[in-house]
Amino acid sequence: MTADVLRMSAAEAAERVLAGDLGAAELFSTYSDRIHQLDDRLGAFLWTADEPPTQDGDAPLGHVPLAVKDLFCTEGVATTAGSRILEGHRPLYTATAVRRLAAAGAPMLGKTNMDEFAMGSSNENSGYGVVHNPWDPERVPGGSSGGSAAAVAAGLAPWAIGTDTGGSIRQPASLCGIVGLKPTYGAISRYGMVAFASSLDQCGPLTRTVSDAALLLRHLVGHDPCDSTSLGLPEEVRLPSRTDLKGLRFGVPHELGSRAEGVETGVGEVFDRTLDRITELGGEVVQVGLPHAPHGISAYYVIAPAEASSNLARYDGVRYGPRARNGTLLDLYERTRAEGFGDEVKRRIMLGTFALSAGYYEAYYGRAQRVRTKIADDFEAAFDECDFVVSPTSPTVAFKLGERTGDPLAMYMADYCTVPMSLAGIPAVSIPAGLARPGDGSGPPGGLPVGFQIAGPAFSENGLLDASFALEQALAFDTTAAFL
Amino acid sequence: MISRDQVLHVARLARLRIEEEEIDRISRELSSVLDHIEKISELDLDGVPPTSHVIHVENILRPDDPRPSWPAERVLEPAPDPAGGGFRVPTPGQ
Repeated sequence: MTADVLRMSAAEAAERVLAGDLGAAELFSTYSDRIHQLDDRLGAFLWTADEPPTQDGDAPLGHVPLAVKDLFCTEGVATTAGSRILEGHRPLYTATAVRRLAAAGAPMLGKTNMDEFAMGSSNENSGYGVVHNPWDPERVPGGSSGGSAAAVAAGLAPWAIGTDTGGSIRQPASLCGIVGLKPTYGAISRYGMVAFASSLDQCGPLTRTVSDAALLLRHLVGHDPCDSTSLGLPEEVRLPSRTDLKGLRFGVPHELGSRAEGVETGVGEVFDRTLDRITELGGEVVQVGLPHAPHGISAYYVIAPAEASSNLARYDGVRYGPRARNGTLLDLYERTRAEGFGDEVKRRIMLGTFALSAGYYEAYYGRAQRVRTKIADDFEAAFDECDFVVSPTSPTVAFKLGERTGDPLAMYMADYCTVPMSLAGIPAVSIPAGLARPGDGSGPPGGLPVGFQIAGPAFSENGLLDASFALEQALAFDTTAAFL
Repeated sequence: MISRDQVLHVARLARLRIEEEEIDRISRELSSVLDHIEKISELDLDGVPPTSHVIHVENILRPDDPRPSWPAERVLEPAPDPAGGGFRVPTPGQ
């Protein structure tokens, strides 16, 4: 296998396979071999498929193998959601998203590491070890889809899927220098996704190019009788082709812009330069307001833990997973959960249980739900003034392993720019826009990746991907630069 | 500030066993996060409806037709202690 095949986008590889110029089995073993040789440096994979699947002719995704976040249930294949409480658990069924992509010709290459139950922004909350950022192994890949992002950025997978509840696709994509898309809430079925916060969780692609993201999205969306909140998209996902941004207005909210609180200077500079590229491509940059966005973190860290405290009640050692022995039924519940959950998951269960408890419900959960309404209203008003809202994806470049593990609130602030879109249920993409040094000037001399976030109204995926594609071509960021 | 008693109360509600030496740390961490969250108490939210589901859709119902389901032995495959076609658990307590 030549290096140029490895460096092709997944869409290009699919074309080559379908044209008969590249063998699907060969493509599969190339990636599989690379995982076996190189993944001990990354820690991105928790399981890999042994053999290339039997290919049967034409398939729109060209038999290009897919890395799957370990949050997706896969029949007969261990699915842990990064938690020790599901160690060795083999689900009885496969998630709709995985099933759809396999049917379209993207067989599973492996399952990827993640923050436990998708709770985290650094992948350090995994029960199965940390994941290293391929740009600098001393740094985090972001989270919670950290394994999927690191695998794609390191060239250990052609493409991947993850899930995003408050930024868990976009933030690791940003920190690893790849493309990550969180679709409109409801675009993709959540059936078979281990639930974290059901009103926010959404599946999406992590890829090296915008076109790859569009291609995966096309085969992911659709109503699923097994998820009554799934809607699909109103029109078929098109492969993006736009080369300019003429007639499009990009709104910069000062609350999330380059000079917002906590945004590193280098990140702000890359963001401002990207705005210049938008103007060069014929787009118009306008100022908009999202006055309630700064309260997004507060609302999110009530709503998501509240939903999680309910969703995670099912892990009690009775029906699946390991069980703590001896004692009464209450002992069984309390010990199984104390031994099986990690610190961050316990923290969020406690936070959510507190927010929903008698006497505090209205002050926390009730108010947070009203803030959520205000944030959605802010976006609606902003989209009267512009086609897309843009911001840095993450206030900082990849931070060092261990840097924030002692300070939960500092970790939560990593989601500052991504949480508002999640609360509003709107689609948002992160594309790599450049490199910057962190605030303290540490890290590789060339800098670390900075993501540019573009958000559109609900169901605007086609327009969003088209605009992202035009900008991606102009930015010409090399998403293979961190290949191992 | 979340008191030790509140930590223990919430832990019991959540069915999480907390060790004595963890209580102060948990109390400190929860308090720090809740202090930040409490900024939303400054907002005027009178008359603002709550949002629990962000995309406006009506219930989608399927016809209530009986369909086959998995056999009990299949559902019990991942269980830590299956017995007699069910999930065995210890006594609920004295």
